[in-house]
Amino acid sequence: MSDASTLPRLLHGADPHGGASLPTHLRHHGLRALDVDGAWLVEEVERAGLRGRGGAAFPTATKLEVVGHGRRRAVVVGNGSEGEPASAKDATLLAQAPHLVLDGLQLAAAATRATDAILAVKSRARDAQAAVATALRERDMAARDRVPVRVVEVPDGYVSGEESALTNLVDRGRAVPTATPPRPFERGVGGRPTLIQNVETLAHVALIARYGADWYRGLGTPNEPGTMLVTLQGAVARPGVREIALGTPLAALVEHGGGDLSRTRGVLVGGYFGTWLDPAAARGATLDAASLRPLGASLGCGAVGVLPDDACPVAETARIVSWLAGESAGQCGPCVFGLAAIAEALASVADGRAARELATASRRSASRARRSVAPPGGGGRRARSEDALARVRRWSGEVAGRGACRHPDGVVRLVASALRTFEADFEDHLRHGPCGACARRPVLPLPAQSSAFEVAA
Amino acid sequence: MSREALHLRVDPIACTAHGLCAELLPECVRLDDWGYPIVDDRPLPPELVAHARRAASVCPTLALKLEARAAAQVPRASRSTRRRTSATQS
Repeated sequence: MSDASTLPRLLHGADPHGGASLPTHLRHHGLRALDVDGAWLVEEVERAGLRGRGGAAFPTATKLEVVGHGRRRAVVVGNGSEGEPASAKDATLLAQAPHLVLDGLQLAAAATRATDAILAVKSRARDAQAAVATALRERDMAARDRVPVRVVEVPDGYVSGEESALTNLVDRGRAVPTATPPRPFERGVGGRPTLIQNVETLAHVALIARYGADWYRGLGTPNEPGTMLVTLQGAVARPGVREIALGTPLAALVEHGGGDLSRTRGVLVGGYFGTWLDPAAARGATLDAASLRPLGASLGCGAVGVLPDDACPVAETARIVSWLAGESAGQCGPCVFGLAAIAEALASVADGRAARELATASRRSASRARRSVAPPGGGGRRARSEDALARVRRWSGEVAGRGACRHPDGVVRLVASALRTFEADFEDHLRHGPCGACARRPVLPLPAQSSAFEVAA
Repeated sequence: MSREALHLRVDPIACTAHGLCAELLPECVRLDDWGYPIVDDRPLPPELVAHARRAASVCPTLALKLEARAAAQVPRASRSTRRRTSATQS
């Protein structure tokens, strides 16, 4: 696979039915031996311009360098926890090409002079768990790994894969975020400098070590080189995980999946912490940060959800926000109470309770005006005249930035984007209640609510 | 080099909404609809520092903290400079 323009890269030679074996992996793109020079690798990753594929898009070489120069021996963690329900790419990669990820984990350990390696895999991803277990047995027999790898099962939960939550899971067995700093790259697992890298990023590192930075830059855009895994969901005939070159038109991805952007209400880019694009914006967008930034969006973990033109964006948003509110780790008041209130208000807009509340309020004020009675005073009056959407907007502004982790920020970001993109729909529901499309079966996928956390009330 | 300014910070995990901070320091703290504090993130004015210390010391869960952060030296400090300073502080 030395041709730089060939797709797929990561999923080349991957076995959709249970993980490529070690011989298959070596035949397709494995390094014979993993004893590459760490400093060379960091430089090559830097030249390749690789950025983290877990959502934050942080430059990988910078992270490798910082962790490698900590005071104590480092720990590397491959993050395959993938708490985002709109994404399946990490589980798919681990299930189909586990050796590529495990090579990347070893190479990251070499680059940071780490002495311990951990692979975090979500417990729900049974195929990924099985493929990783088999792959580790094969590598053990072949004496391929220099650093021992420990597999950690990550419980369900949107915030379980957050970096400090993962550190807590490894050290204390409980996947909840802590107030940061220090960040794990300074003080993480066992108090040691810890490299937490998404599993797809590690797989790219393995390919860069094998073929070099110039090869890596053979696909993608000059500023955002390479390929990425995306998860396509919603109104497409063939949903699922695909590998694309960065800069690919969003329309081409959707068409490849058997969908049609001329028959959509909007596209949710970047998963459930992501941003809605209206159809016109979606048609003009390419899948890279430079194209999405002016639209207020980012690639995130590469999840793309297509909302069909006969679906209701209000009902879909209310449902997702309600699920996200339930995924709070239950530690911080603004997240626990604020998100629950926002979700409840959005639900009331979607199901018509907000419209009835509004009708009652306007009848009351009309009759009061007829009898020329002064309304009850002060704050109570303001609260009464604040409709459900106004409350959502106010709470969204208040909740942002007040959690230990970024969970509340991500949720209000989605809410703000939905209110902006579908403003007319929300206003219409607020005044008149549910629309004809509200009763349809929801399109965007959500798993059962994880019950890993007890909400401390 | 840079002067340090004091800022209020709430540890959101420790805070359980007793609300004393808003009683003692209404200039900088208001409560949200559930009684959790929303603190003013700007540098504390010198005349309020003593009040802020008192509020922090009586917080039943010690969730309210005073934090010294590097003040931007000149109002027009470049963004990258500011980011670097705050990164080394944290």
